[in-house]
Amino acid sequence: MIDRREFLKFGAVGAGAMLIAPRMLLARVATERRFVFVIQRGAADGLNIVVPAADPAYAALRGNLAIEDGRKLDGTFALHPALERLHGFYGEGRALFVHAVASPYRERSHFDGQNVLETGGASPYQVRDGWLNRLVGLLPQTSEEAIAFAPTIPLALRGAAPVSSYAPSALPDAPDDVIARVTRLYDADPEFHPLWLAAMQARALAADAGQRQDPATVGRTAASFLNKADGPRIAMIETGGWDTHSGQQGRLANQLRGLDALLGALADGLGPAWGQTVVLVATEFGRTAAANGTGGTDHGTASAALVLGGAVRGGRVVADWPGLAQAALFEGRDLAPTLDLDGLIASVAAQTFGLDPAHTLKTLFPGRPAPRGLDGLIA
Amino acid sequence: MTPMSREAVALNRFGLGARPDGAPPADPKAWLLDQFPAFEARPATMAAARASADLAGEYLAAEAALKEADAAAKMAGNKDLRQRGQKLYQDEVAMRAVAALTAPAPWVERLVHFWSNHFAISTEKAPVLLLAGAFEREAIRPHVLGKFSDMLLAVERHPAMQIFLDQPRSIGPGSPLAQHAANRKLGINENLAREILELHTLGVRTGYTQADVIAFALALTGWSVETPRPRGQLAAPGSFVFRPEMHEPGARKIVGKTYAAGGVEQAEAVLRDLAVADATATHVATKLARHFVGDAPPPAVVDRLAAAFRSSGGDLPMVYRALVDAPEAWASRPAKFKTPWEWTVSAARALGWDDLGPLKPAPMLAQLGQAVWRPGSPAGWDDIAASWAGPDALVRRVQVAQRLAVRSSHLDPRAVAPKVLPGALGPLTAEEVERAESRRTGLALLLVSPEFLRR
Repeated sequence: MIDRREFLKFGAVGAGAMLIAPRMLLARVATERRFVFVIQRGAADGLNIVVPAADPAYAALRGNLAIEDGRKLDGTFALHPALERLHGFYGEGRALFVHAVASPYRERSHFDGQNVLETGGASPYQVRDGWLNRLVGLLPQTSEEAIAFAPTIPLALRGAAPVSSYAPSALPDAPDDVIARVTRLYDADPEFHPLWLAAMQARALAADAGQRQDPATVGRTAASFLNKADGPRIAMIETGGWDTHSGQQGRLANQLRGLDALLGALADGLGPAWGQTVVLVATEFGRTAAANGTGGTDHGTASAALVLGGAVRGGRVVADWPGLAQAALFEGRDLAPTLDLDGLIASVAAQTFGLDPAHTLKTLFPGRPAPRGLDGLIA
Repeated sequence: MTPMSREAVALNRFGLGARPDGAPPADPKAWLLDQFPAFEARPATMAAARASADLAGEYLAAEAALKEADAAAKMAGNKDLRQRGQKLYQDEVAMRAVAALTAPAPWVERLVHFWSNHFAISTEKAPVLLLAGAFEREAIRPHVLGKFSDMLLAVERHPAMQIFLDQPRSIGPGSPLAQHAANRKLGINENLAREILELHTLGVRTGYTQADVIAFALALTGWSVETPRPRGQLAAPGSFVFRPEMHEPGARKIVGKTYAAGGVEQAEAVLRDLAVADATATHVATKLARHFVGDAPPPAVVDRLAAAFRSSGGDLPMVYRALVDAPEAWASRPAKFKTPWEWTVSAARALGWDDLGPLKPAPMLAQLGQAVWRPGSPAGWDDIAASWAGPDALVRRVQVAQRLAVRSSHLDPRAVAPKVLPGALGPLTAEEVERAESRRTGLALLLVSPEFLRR
């Protein structure tokens, strides 16, 4: 594990190297670099994705949910076992994980949290367009529009810059999560409960027949767009189903298997272009440090973000680890945020495209009084 | 079940569903009654719609031209006709949906849908497919706030109904035409006469006999749709025509009353009497009560509606007033499981839509199990939950709800929920909507919540 102080020292070298000829880089690199933002809607549980296995409080807080067979990252952290490809990227030095990171939002509403994450505002509904769209505006408009792999344009990509969307039929739409919620809605309804029960039995049969949706297809489709000579260079992929209030162990493993397949297919599909690619995976906030009473976790604060791609200086976990001791938890319940997600996003974006870091930060996160950035993330 | 406020009853049970941009009515009863003058029989969104005579005339001309063509041209021509019909049908369904979204009088708009289903046609026949939208626009909408008898006459004369129930070629055996072509075995078709008695007016098992059906069918002979012909054309092709040479001459007795010999006015007189018959009042009252009060409406409500129908001679606004005055119609317990049409319209309204964007309502409604104007039978769609609330129906609604919510993911479901279910949002639904992992999921959950599936 590299802590923040050590990392910042290391990062300064990278920043210096990048500042030699930013304009030239901008003109040439902007057409070759690819940036993909994957949003995890529903508050993904960072503590079980990038597992602080060595934290003395972890196992007790998580109880049955504790991940014991994680893939080793360093002396402190392990990766959820379902993330096989991602662990491989880490081994190649092509993935880094940022922990105890959070946007400026400190409440626990998904909608408001996603609004802050996507707009780049300091508080919900303060900014109307999305930071990813403003990033498009910073790049020379030579290549094709940015693209959302969704039926409509998500907020992060909305704004003045032209953007298109494409929805492959196999877009994962988190049916498990919606189904679980509808089941609760109908539980107390004497008319709908038996009907829904029957429908779910039929659905289980259909699932066995192989009608489930396939995240790898989304990854492959995204790669095919990003691979085109004059194709888009910025893309956003929406994933849902991360709101694991119950049955977390199986559901999160499923979710992560899907994410791993998506990212693996994206890398495979990009081929040589993977070397020019940076993928950022982030969620609106994290989940409670402790397991709840229903085999899950509730809305929390800090989580983990994943940065991967051939252009990433990876093979490390970046964290100013606050620890999970009771006194260290945010409001006595959540992983405390020690790194700024906005700062991370701005740094990744600026370094990916060779943009001026301060200007990028101000453009993407206009409402923030200069959140702390991170240097040396991208080669 | 979460009880409904009076505001929610007015907006969602009587109306087509609350919109998030409106305030709940201060006086729910007055809000309903004030809609009568606001209703638009021909809203601006239907300005481009074509008249049935125009559509049917064009179809008949194309059909006539194909009779002369060779086999290959016939096949291509038929295919083209089918495709044009499908396109027109889809446009008409979209127009109907947009009218439902933007209606200044949503309760009266619902009544249009109610009467359209009472006088159901079904689009399996190509000309009916073409004329379905025009039928509702020409025979139902202008009379929804008028007399039942006027609607009945407009419906039975309409080419869509004529063709759907096989009337145009029903020929009296004693008519001049049949006499002239005795070797061709021309005769009557009882279909329209029977369905008028059974479905449109008196109702099944109300005392009429097979003899009444035949006598009425004979009275209706000569009622037809004009076709293109070189000479002797009586009306524009595709419009209603009375052909004296097909009419069975003579007086006849129908449901206890004797009608003097005559032409078109003979069957018209029968229709006017049927329109105000006791059994018709009960039949119509029962269907209206079932639509607004519940699947098995209390007899007392039916009696009051029927009394209003009788005392006013079938003046529909008087019947609607009696319905609004019926305390049973305001019961706080949800009365009805929404049909796919009702649910789709209310969902789009709840999302604040004024149009459908890229969504095509015709295939969507077919997927949900209620292809518009295609109930498959002249009895129309059932109006009870048992016909609609099934396991697959719920799953399909969950799927469609997600698709609809995608287009409105800028809306905050926490704000929308209490607006579209004013005083009718249960704590469980509020909580699940609040806790949904995205706006899109929150909106979809709202649309499939028990409160929203019922009205």
